[in-house]
Amino acid sequence: MIYVVIGFLWVSVCLYVILGGADFGAGIVELMTKKKERKYTEKIMYESIAPVWEANHMWLIIAIVILFVGFPEIYTTMSTYLHIPLVLMLVGIIARGTAFTFRHYDAVKDNWQVLYTQIFYYASLLTPFFLGLIAAATVSHSIDPEAKTFLDLYIFSWLNGFGIAVGFFTVALCAYLASIFSLRETKDQTELTLMIKKSKQTMIFVVITGILVFFTAYLSDIPLVTWVFSKSLGIMATAFATIALGLILRAMHNRKLLPVRALAGFQVIMILVAATYQHYPDIILLANGQHLSLLEHVAAPKTISALAWALMLGSIFILPFLFYLMFSFARAKSKY
Amino acid sequence: MAARAQMALSLGFHIIFACVGMVMPFLMAFAHWKYLKTGNEIYKGLTKAWSKGVAILFATGAVTGTMLSFELGLLWPGFMKHAGPIFGMPFSLEGTAFFIEAIAIGFFLYGWDKFNKWFHWFCGFLVGLSGLASGILVVAANAWMNSPSGFDYINGQYVNIDPMKAMFNDAWFPQALHMTVAAFCATGFAVAGVHAYLIMKKKNVEFHTKAFKIAAGFALIGAFGAPLSGDVAAKSVAERQPIKLAAMEAHFETEKGAAFILGGIPDEEKGEVKYALKIPKVLSFLVSNDFNAEVKGLNDFPRDEWPPIAVVHYAFQIMIFFGVVMIIIGTVYLYAVFFKKEWLTKSWLLKTFMIATPFGYIALEAGWTVTEVGRQPWIIYGIMRTADAVTPMPGIQYSFYFFTAIFVSLSLIIIFLLRRQIQMVPKLYDPTDIQYNSKNKKS
Repeated sequence: MIYVVIGFLWVSVCLYVILGGADFGAGIVELMTKKKERKYTEKIMYESIAPVWEANHMWLIIAIVILFVGFPEIYTTMSTYLHIPLVLMLVGIIARGTAFTFRHYDAVKDNWQVLYTQIFYYASLLTPFFLGLIAAATVSHSIDPEAKTFLDLYIFSWLNGFGIAVGFFTVALCAYLASIFSLRETKDQTELTLMIKKSKQTMIFVVITGILVFFTAYLSDIPLVTWVFSKSLGIMATAFATIALGLILRAMHNRKLLPVRALAGFQVIMILVAATYQHYPDIILLANGQHLSLLEHVAAPKTISALAWALMLGSIFILPFLFYLMFSFARAKSKY
Repeated sequence: MAARAQMALSLGFHIIFACVGMVMPFLMAFAHWKYLKTGNEIYKGLTKAWSKGVAILFATGAVTGTMLSFELGLLWPGFMKHAGPIFGMPFSLEGTAFFIEAIAIGFFLYGWDKFNKWFHWFCGFLVGLSGLASGILVVAANAWMNSPSGFDYINGQYVNIDPMKAMFNDAWFPQALHMTVAAFCATGFAVAGVHAYLIMKKKNVEFHTKAFKIAAGFALIGAFGAPLSGDVAAKSVAERQPIKLAAMEAHFETEKGAAFILGGIPDEEKGEVKYALKIPKVLSFLVSNDFNAEVKGLNDFPRDEWPPIAVVHYAFQIMIFFGVVMIIIGTVYLYAVFFKKEWLTKSWLLKTFMIATPFGYIALEAGWTVTEVGRQPWIIYGIMRTADAVTPMPGIQYSFYFFTAIFVSLSLIIIFLLRRQIQMVPKLYDPTDIQYNSKNKKS
């Protein structure tokens, strides 16, 4: 049963990064767009996230619930020592979600829109940055429960070059996903060309920040290279992600949009596989050399089996309904 | 202390958003059903207007809820480390219910004229249903903190964990019932009050009258259901947490045929209540259906296990007071509906409802204070003290100020937004208004 739970945890994190990430990316792409092109981009981006955005963010809640029910020690370690970045990420989530809703549901459209939009942009940037930072902190041996000072315990547990680089990498990844996913919302050739240009720019951004991640890992003595390339699955995932990059460029050139989207999703999953499989089942690596493992620091077997059943039953209800939602709106759009 | 304040604040706000999110969809689905049955366009407009309210508050409820799931760990790691696996079951199911709610709301808001109309209606109804289910599940988790079960506590270890037993603890049913009824009551009164105010402004009278009627109907169910469910809850508290009951009533001495104490200023040092109205023997009757039954007083418990008596006592009194006022308003309204139809358009009745707008929420928050503060100093009743559960990180007060600022500004924006929705009623939602323009529709 424990593997069912771990599987669900991994899938919800993945879906959150891909679907939720694309939502964040929408804000980032809008922010990075020049003023005169903004109107276009805003409309395209809005179309691509509108009806499902709430559902996308449920995945984070699912992941958190799995963590605190099934792996309480891991959850409490994170929430104690990574308190500050978690709070900052929360602020981002709150500000983004509400600003997006307010922007849409304010019955009167006036200058308030500008404010909502600004909040939406910066919160979209902030949230994935801290998401990446937190993920990096769990593996960078920087959490030290035995430290004595406030700075060592609660600040340097997450503040380091590697974390910042991973933060930027996550931001880049979100922007990349958003611009790729929005390709199908374009209405004519000029829009399409514009968005493809954007996708390529964000792709370059991803590659640059990716290199930065490896570089900072090397600087702070994190054996990222050995992790990724010492296991065959890691090498394969990296290889696939790279091949996908080439295929995406080709499909873009031929204006074949479906493969572009599918490949981009696949590529991100491969990056996540490479990033998470490397030290599985250890999920948090502490400064004193101890590891918190998904297989060892786990709740009582009865809890795990109840949780697994709840998740499986839940997905029987949720998944068909969710697919029907996405399917109906995709169909409704293609009609117009 | 700051951690407690922050948690109380977050929950206090979340409870408002969540209750509206639980009940508004039912109001909306009712109006929608009326529209489908009668074909009256006003009901359609009303459904749409309300659905905007639901969307705004749902989004806020969702983000504050996400925040709370983090805050549990951020503020109370000591608690979550042990309690998570035991009382997590309702949370995992709540995740499902909430997910369904989010999907259903997506279908409903963007699905006008796109689906079979009854499927569309059902989605709206489902928003309410799953919202209600999540509310009940979350309350079940809270009930576990009052009535811990589903594990054995041996030498500081939590063993033989059974999450199902923990979920169906002794307190879940009375608490969930009382909470649900109270949510209906509070939201019903709030919505009815707003529409009563708008009727008095003499704009879109027919539209707002229809809205008022539906909301007042829901408010009535709540107002009359609250004391009944409250009675169930009180009996259960008396059995499980006699000290909480004693604090609610500021009841110091154990005695037979205990009096029901209304109002008054409790004095913890001297162990007496000044200036209170005492109704002999009623408390004994309320908790055990026997006028001469023994009710335990605070003095029977060690002093360091007392909750803050004054807070619990006042909160309980406030809840009772507003509860009674709402029952009176409800009775008058019911009388008017059946015997004095002409009262219904009288401004005094509307004014009463207008003044009563926040009453339900005041009572709700007061009741919540009773159950939470009344559990202190425990976070898990009888097992773990709140002070042992709090995060070791210093400087929580800054995070408290920060979140206070966020919540206050969120609430201000929401009020502002809802006001703007209301101002747009003539143009967007009321088809009988001359300013109405169907092209304005942007659903």
